[in-house]
Amino acid sequence: MYNLIGAGLVVIGGGIGLGQIGGKAMEGIARQPEAAGKIQTAMIIIGALLEGLAFGALILGA
Amino acid sequence: MAVATKTIKFIAVLVLALSSFSVFAEGGDQDEKGNLIDSPEEIKEYIAHHLKDSHDFHLYTDNASGKHWGFSLPVIVWTKDGLKTFMSSAFHHDDQGKVVVEKGNARLVKLHSKIYELEAGAATVNFDESHHATNAHKVLDFSITKSVFGMLLAGLLMLLGFGALARSYKNGKSIPTGFGRVLEPLVIYVRDDIAKPNIGEKKYRKFMGFLLTVFFFIWILNLLGLTPLGFNVTGQIAVTACLAIFTMVIYMFSGSKDFWAHTLWMPGVPVILRPVLAVIELVGFVLIKPFSLLVRLFANMTAGHFVVMSLIALMITMKKSFGVVGSTGMSLVLALFITVIELLVAFLQAFIFTMLSSLFIGMAVEEHDHH
Amino acid sequence: METLINDFSVGLFFMQAFILLILILLMRKFAWKPILDALQNREDGIKNALDSAEKAKLEMQNLQADNLKLLNDARAEREAMLKEARDMKNKMIDDAKVEAQTQANSIIAQAQAAIESEKKSAMAELKNHVAGLSVDIAEKVVREELANKDKQLALVDSLLAEATLN
Repeated sequence: MYNLIGAGLVVIGGGIGLGQIGGKAMEGIARQPEAAGKIQTAMIIIGALLEGLAFGALILGA
Repeated sequence: MAVATKTIKFIAVLVLALSSFSVFAEGGDQDEKGNLIDSPEEIKEYIAHHLKDSHDFHLYTDNASGKHWGFSLPVIVWTKDGLKTFMSSAFHHDDQGKVVVEKGNARLVKLHSKIYELEAGAATVNFDESHHATNAHKVLDFSITKSVFGMLLAGLLMLLGFGALARSYKNGKSIPTGFGRVLEPLVIYVRDDIAKPNIGEKKYRKFMGFLLTVFFFIWILNLLGLTPLGFNVTGQIAVTACLAIFTMVIYMFSGSKDFWAHTLWMPGVPVILRPVLAVIELVGFVLIKPFSLLVRLFANMTAGHFVVMSLIALMITMKKSFGVVGSTGMSLVLALFITVIELLVAFLQAFIFTMLSSLFIGMAVEEHDHH
Repeated sequence: METLINDFSVGLFFMQAFILLILILLMRKFAWKPILDALQNREDGIKNALDSAEKAKLEMQNLQADNLKLLNDARAEREAMLKEARDMKNKMIDDAKVEAQTQANSIIAQAQAAIESEKKSAMAELKNHVAGLSVDIAEKVVREELANKDKQLALVDSLLAEATLN
């Protein structure tokens, strides 16, 4: 039961984080469309790191 | 042309292999009731079963006649009595630990896709209240399971495809023909967009073998997982753990002097803090980074398979509330949508695994300016 | 976590490690090395071709510059030659003029000298003639005068009177 609440919290946190990353990346791309490729790569890497964290927490908890 | 003939040859081999399906007609295996899987519990169990590795290549079960279509794979286990090999058909599709296979002095049962060896003197498996076997233990299982079969298939595909590409350069032609034209940009992509920016122009060449192999291995296995053949290789935690440990070993062993100096005795930090930092860094490199690598790939693929299968199962579970057409349509649209996303995820996970591997390798081989 | 650890199959791990290791070695030998080498060669080839094209372009530019220079030189030379010719012509004309002038002058001078000498000789001849004539006349006069003695004496006296003895 507590596991599930913890998992929910992790997912909320991860979602907020991913939203921030994606949103800021979009802003960055909108501001400098010519840097879109670099921003996208960096976004994916940061996203992956965040995802790893969230999954780690989920799996350790579940 | 070499590509074409090779491809034809390969397809011929594949067809031959698939056409040699044995039809299992034993029919005695059914789960308790032996009827259609239609209740949520059964679906859940079915999905959980799919997510696990399996010892036979099961494609389809004809419920009316109780026939299974597919073929069995060899089981190779290391028991107390030594190495035992037999075909998985010996278990008669039993997954509940009921069929006991006797090989020499070893008595083996299959329980939830795992092979257990019964303790000496035990004739059947006894379970405790949480359905754990009390008188049996797991054996070292080197079987050609479905996952191993998938890996071999992916390896074969890679060897054929890229071998053909490599040969096409040999005849003095500098531009590949046929399917090589698709593969070549991918190789260039891995080299120029993954390896070079992260590892550096000077040192990337040494790691290309690993990075390219891992990238295409993961990608092909992810894509195989999307086919109806039902592979879930990259969703096996042992597989992703092995990949991550390969990365870890590579970057630990190719670490430059600077890397070790910065890891173990960080300059520019008060001396008291240095051992603490060294422990943190070491744990980060040895445990956390490989762990995040393995968990990311495993969790993404497992979740993808789970979601797609659940959406397909909507067809059955929603039949009562939406009718046959409604539930089928809904499940079809949603599953199609998620499958398209999974197609992207299949590439993205291969990309991220390779990207992060090269990032970590880049961290290890980097030579700092001395301050 | 426990289910995951339970799902972890050591055998599968070893099979995967074994397959991956073999696959990496095979792929390195039979695929990646030839492919990467071929790509590298091709890129080097392209780079070299581009470089040589650039070089050829530069050379072409140099050649063009050379040609232009040559053309300009030729033009300048022609100009110089024309100028020289013109100068020579002028000089020749000038020279001819000067020579003609001097020649004319010398001819005139010669003519004048000839005229002078002719004049002189004519004058001398005239003088001689006049002198001879006067001597003849004088002779005749003297002969007439000196025909009687008295007159001679009178003359001598007059002459002596005229000549003052100093």
